[in-house]
Amino acid sequence: MTSFWRRFSRNAGAVIGLAVLAVVILVALFASLMFSTSPWQMVGPPLLLPFEEQGFALGTDMLGRDIAAGLAHGARVSLLVGVVSTGCAVVIGVAFGTLAGYFGGAVEHALMSVTEFFQTIPQLAMAVVLVAIFTPTLESIVIAIALVSWPPVARLVRAEVLSLREREFVEAAIVLGRPTRAIIFGEILPNAISPVIVAASLIVATAILTEAALSFLGLGDRNMMSWGFMVGAARTMLREAPWLTVLPGLAILVTVLAVNLVGEGLNDALNPRLKERGD
Amino acid sequence: MSFVRFLAGRLVKAVIVVLAIAALNFVLVRLAPGDPASVLAGEAGATDPKFVDELRARFGLDKPVWEQLLIYLGQVVRLDLGFSYRNQVPVIALIGERLPATLLLMTSGFLFSLVAGVGLGVLAARARFLERGRFLDSVVMTIALVFYATPLFWLALMLVILFSVQLNWLPAFGMESVGANLTGVSRAVDIARHLVLPTLALGFFFMAVYVRLTRAAMLEVMNQDYVRTALAKGLSPREVLRKHVLRNALLPIVTFAGVQLGQMAGGAVLVETVFAWPGVGRLMFDALLQRDYQLLLGVFLITSGTVVVFNLLTDIVYLFVDPRIRVEGRAR
Repeated sequence: MTSFWRRFSRNAGAVIGLAVLAVVILVALFASLMFSTSPWQMVGPPLLLPFEEQGFALGTDMLGRDIAAGLAHGARVSLLVGVVSTGCAVVIGVAFGTLAGYFGGAVEHALMSVTEFFQTIPQLAMAVVLVAIFTPTLESIVIAIALVSWPPVARLVRAEVLSLREREFVEAAIVLGRPTRAIIFGEILPNAISPVIVAASLIVATAILTEAALSFLGLGDRNMMSWGFMVGAARTMLREAPWLTVLPGLAILVTVLAVNLVGEGLNDALNPRLKERGD
Repeated sequence: MSFVRFLAGRLVKAVIVVLAIAALNFVLVRLAPGDPASVLAGEAGATDPKFVDELRARFGLDKPVWEQLLIYLGQVVRLDLGFSYRNQVPVIALIGERLPATLLLMTSGFLFSLVAGVGLGVLAARARFLERGRFLDSVVMTIALVFYATPLFWLALMLVILFSVQLNWLPAFGMESVGANLTGVSRAVDIARHLVLPTLALGFFFMAVYVRLTRAAMLEVMNQDYVRTALAKGLSPREVLRKHVLRNALLPIVTFAGVQLGQMAGGAVLVETVFAWPGVGRLMFDALLQRDYQLLLGVFLITSGTVVVFNLLTDIVYLFVDPRIRVEGRAR
């Protein structure tokens, strides 16, 4: 653990990213404590500039809703959707990749064809269609994003499993007659976990961007305030009140940037041999 | 011979993929809550019993499911994607009308991201290779990092604020000036001016990907033995960079170019929505607003189909970039 942290912290950007991410997580966790009224509620005069009036640190939108409250509550949706949909994508991807890599042959061919198929389809367009047809709710958004995000995980895991299968400790386990399930869960997957963690961090970032895009297009969960929705709603006020668009977009940018930086740090810490590739 | 077999194999695969996407559409509508006919009819159409009955007959909704699927696939093969109730036009006609604008936008976004991205990536890797200008390297990588994290639709709006609202240099909406009735060169110039901001908005994210990809690929090649040999042999670093490093770093770039189109088609939906660009992406947004799901699914199918076609083209480019494939007769 200490050597992990030492390698992680050698990357200055990663440490900054982690700090920023920690702040976003805290804001998301304590959003309802900091802003007890709903972010949908009209609480003040419309179109207050940031820092103009006490109590509305970031101003209000065209309906008098508190921007700071919106941003805080929006952090919840972004992180929640980002993490949960990535979790689902990793489960699907690991299942596909492991089965394909371990069993090979027709199983591999079938599973990888499905993977390739899902990778070919335009991801955002498919997410839009899925959410629109199954009506926009938090669940349908998570499922849609998971369904378009898993293929890279499957390919990665398959490649890892293929090379691990040939290793002596796995062959030894096979010769010793250990059950297949034990070999997969006990020998192979624990050794394939590092690259999956790194890939997952990148998927979280993409998932946050996808969620933002969906709610920008009006496909967000209408019960929850989200950053993409705030940008979309303020779009008509671009000329009169540009900060309404600028602020929530910056929130997305900073969060995604922080996640990516943490991902790079994880890459340095978990795959030290690959560091020079910078990829 | 293997060349022809390779192409034929890819072609068959492409057709299967398109049919599979159509089948996916079918499954989605069956899984959606509510009666499939009213789902397809959309908000406006569902109130017209005649139209819903028409849809029922058209998809044979009283027949067994597998027969319905065959009917649907048969229609897709004949490019019959149904009728948009709201627009009172066949779906395929609507899409056909919008496709050129999207192709124009995607081509220019693609070229911009490729040229700017590979250019900056080479610049960064070169700075490292020639042992000077590490600063340049970090500047380029920071730019890439930021654009890689910027939401496309927001970047589009920021460009509008800066270049249209503040500086008033470029138009923010549409593809042509309304009512100008321009012809010839002045019309082309007008369209080009409208194209600048959407191209940048669509291209910056992919530019960032190309920067990272190009730099990483080049750095990897730089560590290869043959590069060390070439340098030891006394070739100038510049020459090694051009002849040995860059050429061998091209492959992952071409691979991504194929993957990119799928992502870019999604990006086009956002960019066209912001800029009111009269393309297929904007049509998808309109279909969403009007809850016209027959139109939505049609756009999805055609967009995916276009991506499949371009992937096929990428495979052909692969043949020329990597001679090994020509010999072995397979990619990857």
